[in-house]
Amino acid sequence: MWLWFHKLGSPKYFYTLAGKLIPWFGWITLLLVLAGLYGGLILAPTDYQQGESYRIIYIHVPAAWMSLFIYIVMAICGAIGLIWKMKMADIIASSSAPIGAAFTFLALVTGSLWGKPMWGTWWTWDARLTSELILLFLYLGFMGLQSAIVDRRTAANACAVLALVGVVNIPIIHYSVEWWNTLHQGSTVMRMDKPAMDTRMLIPLLLMWLSSQFYYGTVLMMRARNEVLDRERDTGWVKELAMEGK
Amino acid sequence: MNNTGLFTAFLTILKRDLTLAYRTRSEVVNPLLFFIIVISLFPLAVSPDPNILRKLAPGVIWVAALLATLLSLDSLFRSDFDDGALDQLLLSVHPTPVLVLAKVLAHWMVTGIPLLLLSPLLAVLLHLPTDAIGVLLATLALGSPVLSLVGAIGVALTVGLRRGGVLLSLLILPLYIPVLIFAANAVGNAAAGLIITGQLYFLAALLVLSLTLAPVAAAAALRISLR
Repeated sequence: MWLWFHKLGSPKYFYTLAGKLIPWFGWITLLLVLAGLYGGLILAPTDYQQGESYRIIYIHVPAAWMSLFIYIVMAICGAIGLIWKMKMADIIASSSAPIGAAFTFLALVTGSLWGKPMWGTWWTWDARLTSELILLFLYLGFMGLQSAIVDRRTAANACAVLALVGVVNIPIIHYSVEWWNTLHQGSTVMRMDKPAMDTRMLIPLLLMWLSSQFYYGTVLMMRARNEVLDRERDTGWVKELAMEGK
Repeated sequence: MNNTGLFTAFLTILKRDLTLAYRTRSEVVNPLLFFIIVISLFPLAVSPDPNILRKLAPGVIWVAALLATLLSLDSLFRSDFDDGALDQLLLSVHPTPVLVLAKVLAHWMVTGIPLLLLSPLLAVLLHLPTDAIGVLLATLALGSPVLSLVGAIGVALTVGLRRGGVLLSLLILPLYIPVLIFAANAVGNAAAGLIITGQLYFLAALLVLSLTLAPVAAAAALRISLR
């Protein structure tokens, strides 16, 4: 386990491993998306209250989950990068930020598209919406800080501190905003007893969630590979790769 | 310098920063003028109607306080960074977080406290009910140190950058939002005659949290920025 962890910390090892994994992850993503969309858009029954428009959850809910998940990944990578000075952790954190921001944006857009027919408004200053918007600002701040600092190691460490401060702040924001009147419906999946959702609706949702995880993995590895090449361009193995024309 | 105690070092930095602030008075006064001007814009722009102003007052005063703090933050480490005093601070034998805390305390004393003293006057201008003014002072007393402490992290991250100003607001304002929500909510509730102990406790909790963690984060950020 530790050996594997150490190996993964080496950019060269990561580069070859990710190169092999990307096609697998990509195809799994595609299969899961197709299965999830088929199940969600065709097989799942119509909601008795919301009609057909509830089907946007198959995009919205996974995107919202991923937006939080990726931020936590960034914070953990930031901590690893600060404590053990692992280069790969910095690379993963910096490659994750735009993906996370994209998922956050997607969750906001789909939510507002759904909100118009359901709530009669595109936007409302409700707890979830506001904290998701702030999450987007945190992502943008992270990316802004990263591009503002020229030196890579400094940028990575500064961003790691920011991500850690932000992750402390996320629950605070969430609960502080919760005290305003809340319009967004409560969670129907993450509950202590069984989910308050029909299984035929739940399974496609979980498939879509899995597919977004794999999508994140695929895109992350692609971005991280580019980043590795860019950072390691002065090393021997990258030059060899360039010579081979790969 | 080696055999000075930690407390002496803390007091020395505090005294030095206060003296420096006293010598550059205009830098201290400008954020306050900004605070007053921003607030006086609202009656002109929105409406001079006392009923509307009364409703807007808590939010307006808090947003203005937030922006004024943001403006003043740049002076926290900037001049020390330029003349190299910050490097000396980091080389000191004493733990950096404590020294950072002294600098933040000095910053709060020259920006937070004047803001606190000015706000009742502005609250009267905005027709805030008298009962709510005491609560406004309480929220500012609890909240403005949080603004200085959290702001110190952002300044420490951006101090090495040439154009850190706009970036600073992007980094810091999302982190200020909990303070803003609880404080404005408390003042609004007080004006409406509701209970506010919960919000005040939360503000106090935020103050304790940032008092303990923010200096550590800011010190780490300074070490990164100055490498």
